[in-house]
Amino acid sequence: MGRRTSDVLSRPAFWVGAALLGLVLVNALVTPGFFEVRVVNGRLFCTPVDIVHQAAPVLLLALGMTLVIGTGGIDLSVGAVMAIAGALAAVLLTGTDLAVPWILVGVLGAGVGIGLVNGGLVSILGIQPIIATLILLTAGRGLAQLITGGHPVPFERPAFQALAGGALLGLPITCFIVAGVLAVAVGVTRHTAAGLYIQAVGDNEKAARLAGLPVRRIQFGVYGCLGLLSALAGMIEAADIKCADPSNCGLYLELDAILAVVLGGTLLTGGRISLVGSVLGALLIQTLTTTLLMSDIDVAYNLVVKAVAVLAVCGIQAPTIRGAIRSRMQRGKATQ
Amino acid sequence: MAGEVRDASPALLEMRGITRTFPGVKALDRVDFSLRSGEIHALVGENGAGKSTLVKVLTGVHGAEVGEIRFGGARLAVRSPREAQTAGIATIYQEVNLIPHLSVAENLFLGRQPRKGLGLDWHGMHRRARDILRRFNLDLDVHTPVSAYSVAVQQLLCIARALDLSAKLLVLDEPTSSLDPREVEALFEWLRRLRAGGMAILFIGHVLDEILALSDRTTVLRNGRRVGTFPTAGLDRRILIGHMLGRSLDAVQGLETAPTPGIDSTGTPVLEARGLGRTPALRPFGLEVHRGEILGLAGLLGSGRTEAARLLFGADLPTSGGVLVDGKAVRIRTPRQAVKHGLAFCPEDRKVEGLLPGLTVWENIILVVQRRQSRWGRFRRRRLRRIAGTFMERLGIVPPDGNRAVKTLSGGNQQKVILARWLAARPRVLILDEPTRGIDVGAKVEIESLVKDLASGGMAVIFISSALEEVVRDAHTVVVFRDREVVACLKGDEATPDALFRAIAGGGRNG
Repeated sequence: MGRRTSDVLSRPAFWVGAALLGLVLVNALVTPGFFEVRVVNGRLFCTPVDIVHQAAPVLLLALGMTLVIGTGGIDLSVGAVMAIAGALAAVLLTGTDLAVPWILVGVLGAGVGIGLVNGGLVSILGIQPIIATLILLTAGRGLAQLITGGHPVPFERPAFQALAGGALLGLPITCFIVAGVLAVAVGVTRHTAAGLYIQAVGDNEKAARLAGLPVRRIQFGVYGCLGLLSALAGMIEAADIKCADPSNCGLYLELDAILAVVLGGTLLTGGRISLVGSVLGALLIQTLTTTLLMSDIDVAYNLVVKAVAVLAVCGIQAPTIRGAIRSRMQRGKATQ
Repeated sequence: MAGEVRDASPALLEMRGITRTFPGVKALDRVDFSLRSGEIHALVGENGAGKSTLVKVLTGVHGAEVGEIRFGGARLAVRSPREAQTAGIATIYQEVNLIPHLSVAENLFLGRQPRKGLGLDWHGMHRRARDILRRFNLDLDVHTPVSAYSVAVQQLLCIARALDLSAKLLVLDEPTSSLDPREVEALFEWLRRLRAGGMAILFIGHVLDEILALSDRTTVLRNGRRVGTFPTAGLDRRILIGHMLGRSLDAVQGLETAPTPGIDSTGTPVLEARGLGRTPALRPFGLEVHRGEILGLAGLLGSGRTEAARLLFGADLPTSGGVLVDGKAVRIRTPRQAVKHGLAFCPEDRKVEGLLPGLTVWENIILVVQRRQSRWGRFRRRRLRRIAGTFMERLGIVPPDGNRAVKTLSGGNQQKVILARWLAARPRVLILDEPTRGIDVGAKVEIESLVKDLASGGMAVIFISSALEEVVRDAHTVVVFRDREVVACLKGDEATPDALFRAIAGGGRNG
């Protein structure tokens, strides 16, 4: 095995990508109509596109979460922030006559603000990230209910609904949003020092500080970004169902987002990040869900099968199992 | 070796020819060590001398590559601290490892609670806890959470817990570091009582007066080798320091290493400290360093030399005084500000405070310089990699592969990576805290000559080292620290080994 090949094989992102590809191939063989393309009202309908559309909120969260986890932090409040964002948007849509762009900007700004509060708790007060963001996980949904007055707020505003239901060149707008955010995230982490800074803080915070890095500003930055993306995800989910539902919007999505990041090969201890890995991880989770829904498997098995699949991907990434596979492969080669 | 003890009485512990290597450095090199029952034996040496490695070999944390350990007459081969404990070796580490909110009794019996049927035998546990406390003369309530007691009492409780398991040997790794003088005395009284009961005690410390007051014999390690084992009664502070620093008293006079002549220091210093101090770590001090000057900071471990460097760099906040750069008072409260003023700092513990172990060699090197290289915030990857490559070549970093994770390099090469990081940033003042610690001899020589080259190129270098000969050989001026204050500033020819030695050893109780 060449140096380069083994490098690629030791990258967790490779394995999650392979798992995703494998799952798609299995679907192509066994799931009828998986690749069937229909065009309705100028919009393309086919399962893979639908998967990206469905996964959009988790994808956005996972991208932001990758940055936070890269610094050695974590954010449990993203689902609650989605609920707050959805509630805020709905109340502004129904209660004021603000133009939709202003509402978007306002809610995104609120998301950034909430993220900065998390960042402050972590970087200035030095509270452990899991505890600091647990506060908002608990309180955030209550806050969202206060905003809506305790009940779901339905709304009817096509310009806002386009966020989830709109199409461009036949593809859902959400695909473009995700692609755009991914491009910006990859671009910023590769072409500015931000990527290095984030990974340096996560790898060794003390050393980063002694090298003169602005550790606090980096922490504020990543939580702020994640707050922004959570607000965006919350508005997409609200726009999708034309209603802000404070008790269900983004429920448990923090867990899916963290899972996507981990599947993508970013360690929870911080350091090396893989944005593409996180995207693949989020897509894998959604593909698995969609596959199970389209198959004849009883819905009750859904979560169990999902858990087994995740275990398999995590297992193949574990150094001990990879080492065993590698030594077996080498032994196989030696006997040939 | 002079003053060494050869004793016929059988030893409880006998370690022979212990050798242990870590990547790039021999932590222990054929070390012999023996310990008798009813003896307090001190193990001393500067940073990186091999004290803790020896203890870790004894307690099964590390295996020895070469050598034999005999304990109580039989061969000892433990593979974990737990096995060592079962064999009768109790170890107490610096930090207290009790569970704060559990009671005294629960902590004493943690993991081995007496059972009654399916549940715990609380009555039995409390009764036996009281027995243990009585045996150790500790007047504590067994129901109270341990957090209610002082650190000193918790330390004693740790010892009581460890010794309850029919231990024959007690190992204490710097047990006094978090105690005040009164508590230290109480602990020593206790250890003396244990000694009278026949316990063998291995005591690791760096406060020399404590060692001289407590121990029966003292073994000195330096650079992974045993300098010798001496009856403590025949030692004093100066002799002991002589052994630790590698200078016997007679040899100090005839040392061939000549001090570096002073340099012109009439101009404005690049960096100056005025009344800089931090209570209680360091009394206010002043120092100055000029262009092209190597300023040595000498002193024993814990004397204040590292604290001084950290204050200069803004790594710790001073409680008094300030810093001048080029004669102008500047505000340095964070490392970031220090870097902006052209300071650089290679910390003592490169693993904990210097390296980004999971990132690559090139990323580690360009970490500081990239800011100055970027234009409009753009990260110029190719250019930065080239810079990293230049410094890898210049410092001879092996293997010459920028894409490797730094943690896979040897100690000497890791040190060079951190040096490269700062050199790439072209600092005006380079502060090096023990840059030659824990690395192999070849790398030491390279780093020393690099420091000299940098100074002759106009950089001001502040150089901290435990090795006396390094300081004498390299520094133009030496500032000596003792007991958390500056006690001497020796310029040029004044910085002879003898003068330096006198300043470091100082008065002291036994000096």
